[in-house]
Amino acid sequence: MPEIILEINGKEEKLDVDPKTPLLYALRGNLSLNAPKFGCGLGQCGTCMVLVNGSPQPSCLLTCESMSGKSIRTLEDLGNEEKMDPVQEAFFEKQAAQCGFCTNGMIICAKALLEQHSEPTTADITNALNRVLCRCGSHSRILDAVKYAVNLKRNQG
Amino acid sequence: MVENTNNEKLINKGRRDFIKSSGYLMVGFNLFPIVSCVQGNQAETKNLNEEFPRPLDANQINAWLKIDEKGLVTVMTGKMELGQGIKTALQQIAAEELDVSMDNMRILIADTGITQDERYTAGSGSIEGSGGSIRNAAATARQLLLEMAAKKLEVNENQLSIKDGIVSDMNSTKTISYGALVQNQQIDGKTNEAVKKKDPAAYKIVGRPILREDIRNLVLGNEHFIHDLRLPEMVHARVLRPPVYKAKIKSIPETEVKSIPGVLSLIRDGNYIAVIADEEYAAVKALKVLKEKSVWEKHPLSLDDPNLKEAIFKSDEKEQVVDGEKQFAWASDAQFKTLEASYFRPYHMHGSIGPSCAIAMWKEDFLTIWSPSQGVYPLRRTVSDLLKIPEEKIRAIGVPGSGCYGHNGADDVSADAALLAIKFPGRPVRVQWMREDEHSWEPYGSAMGFTLKAQIDREKKVSFWQTKLWSDTHSTRPNGKAGHFIGARHLDQPFNFDAGGFSGGSYRNATPLYNFGGKQIISIPFVGPLRTSALRSLGAYANIFALESFMDELAYLAERDVVQFRLDQLEDPRARAVIEEVVEKSDFKSKSSNVGKGLAFSRYKKTAAYLAVVAEVKIDPVGKTFRCSKLTAVIDAGQVINSDGLKNQTEGGMIQSASWTLKEYVRFNAQGIKSTSWETYPIFRFEDVPKIEVLVLDRPQEKALGAGEAAQGPVAAAIANAIFDATKSRVRDLPITPDKIQWSR
Ligand code: FES
Ligand code: FES
Repeated sequence: MPEIILEINGKEEKLDVDPKTPLLYALRGNLSLNAPKFGCGLGQCGTCMVLVNGSPQPSCLLTCESMSGKSIRTLEDLGNEEKMDPVQEAFFEKQAAQCGFCTNGMIICAKALLEQHSEPTTADITNALNRVLCRCGSHSRILDAVKYAVNLKRNQG
Repeated sequence: MVENTNNEKLINKGRRDFIKSSGYLMVGFNLFPIVSCVQGNQAETKNLNEEFPRPLDANQINAWLKIDEKGLVTVMTGKMELGQGIKTALQQIAAEELDVSMDNMRILIADTGITQDERYTAGSGSIEGSGGSIRNAAATARQLLLEMAAKKLEVNENQLSIKDGIVSDMNSTKTISYGALVQNQQIDGKTNEAVKKKDPAAYKIVGRPILREDIRNLVLGNEHFIHDLRLPEMVHARVLRPPVYKAKIKSIPETEVKSIPGVLSLIRDGNYIAVIADEEYAAVKALKVLKEKSVWEKHPLSLDDPNLKEAIFKSDEKEQVVDGEKQFAWASDAQFKTLEASYFRPYHMHGSIGPSCAIAMWKEDFLTIWSPSQGVYPLRRTVSDLLKIPEEKIRAIGVPGSGCYGHNGADDVSADAALLAIKFPGRPVRVQWMREDEHSWEPYGSAMGFTLKAQIDREKKVSFWQTKLWSDTHSTRPNGKAGHFIGARHLDQPFNFDAGGFSGGSYRNATPLYNFGGKQIISIPFVGPLRTSALRSLGAYANIFALESFMDELAYLAERDVVQFRLDQLEDPRARAVIEEVVEKSDFKSKSSNVGKGLAFSRYKKTAAYLAVVAEVKIDPVGKTFRCSKLTAVIDAGQVINSDGLKNQTEGGMIQSASWTLKEYVRFNAQGIKSTSWETYPIFRFEDVPKIEVLVLDRPQEKALGAGEAAQGPVAAAIANAIFDATKSRVRDLPITPDKIQWSR
């Protein structure tokens, strides 16, 4: 199989995959990443979100070959136990999850939003997260968490 | 009564070095028998049969908790973490009784090799059930530790105090820790139900909003779900489901599938077809070819969704009076007012966001299943029936799945994994469903029909109330019968499905809690075209929707205020309190144009949490649309274990119920299920979600009550009542959509 070289979480990764493989399977299967999740494979639920050149994209719909030359970031790269991203910190502090299956998509979309807008309105947030489904009904907390993340970010300067 | 305000600060347990310090605990998976210690994915497979573990007797302290030489406490529960935060709540209970800080608590969940048989994690019963046992074990252990400390320190027991797992003599500087007391031995003994437990008034941990540590894992993107579990040598399977329930296979594109790179095996057993590959995407590609090119003999469904309602009310199965008076006669007095109305609920999906997934391995005569099931013991029993392998040779280990809200595909996919593991021995076989299969094959919440009739006397009270309800079963959990697994019905030697008679879940909450002159509840089975089972709150959702909508209708007929009409006929002070509180909190009585407000109440299962909710809708009479803008609830779940966890679950239940009520129904026709994606089964998105407020009434002296399902029914009725308030149009068929409103009124 041809080798594809992709930039994932700041590293060059050589992937030995069928070029048509959706990025999601390569991330989970070849690179053992956990955050992007399979929910529908149809671009409808947003659990598989990753940042492609900073914009949130459903990785289930992107083929590996279409990703060369782009920078891909997953939730794993945003922060770690010692230093969480403000969005991650806010989701934890506000306990913005129940089962947590949607958490990846929610945080990725919120992260991209906060990179664009330092003071998003409620409507901006709703809009940015609308692609991600949550069946547990954690929405009102997630909204709170994103607003809290805006504060955290502001305070961190 | 202490009010638990909405802005109580959440308490962080502090970062734990969970992984480093635990001998056999790791990242959150309980993985044995595979590993004694896991580092990421480098799990080493160990010989499975040596010491196949089994839990201790339930009357032993060590069956529920263990304390190690460092003073770390491990709680063991047979209940499953479903995103409801049960792990945290149960640790709080044990920490409280033992006087150990939450930082020194660990927990193991549902595993037939370790934990007790606590059947299903369902019906909001975990705090009452498992919580009670753990509290007993912890309180007994504390007593034993106190006695041991008295001996060791050579002082009188009643001059000892305990804080954070350290026993201190109040008259000297002598101290000893739990860890030093137990050293390497386990505290041995039987749990004692009569042992003195803490006075709830003195609680320091129970009742607090402790942060769920598992959410830290989730926000970091660490492994957490069954979907994230990667075992050495694991292979990936996909199952080909028929296009409609009873279709029979005629041919499959065998050569083409086998030629796909990565495909290891194509399995065919009657109508059960599956493909196994070394990589997940190869299995997905193979399944796609199978779906496109297999030929089936179809077996059409007997109905389609537009005709469902009519069919339900026509069911002529045998009526049964399930509650209330057997005999009665309607009053003929002209001063009595009589009202009758019919309500309808369609099929609803669990709609888990992550599709069903499980792993199984058949090795050296032992079967291990890693499963997101709500009941690992019943799963084991049923897999034993399916495969004719004795239960002792099967271990079912619970690993969290995507939120399930009842009996979804979790057991079915576990059976898939078990079946395929036997056919592909020696390596762990991971099965995951595709979205379309999840939508089409999960057992739905049953469609239901209701005819309610009541008379109001001169005092403007209900003199008699009658409910007639039609419903398919609300429980087809496996329970030992392999025919309840969908895959088992498709085998060459199929297992038959037997619904097992009358389903009590149908009339859950059908009986009003109000004091009426008399009541009668009649249940009539409806054998519908679609597969059904337990969906959060079972029949209670629609029973309360009908009942509390009808209460409003009766209040209007009686020309009484909807709040007063309810309070006039309600004695239970806790029921009255949640209603009064929510009326005040939501400013129910204030009116504004094009805004409707609706109230509804119930006590879930008649024995669990009390909840009253006010829905607010904003209508646009010109555009003929509306939006549910706000939901305010007050809940009394007795003694609160984790106030934030309780609120989280209640908020979630409210939003989910609003989504069922305003958007959802399963579409189907003779060819099969038409709701095969989120486009054909839309659910709430952010833009649809109302503002949510939840107020918890904490009653520390009362028993903790199940709360996870309390919101489902009241929210539906409150929305219907709010629509009526704003439009004077009564919508009795779910979902409530703008086209069902008579805008001219
Ligand atoms: S899995 Fe990609 S959008 Fe659903
Ligand atoms: S928390 Fe379960 S899907 Fe959002």
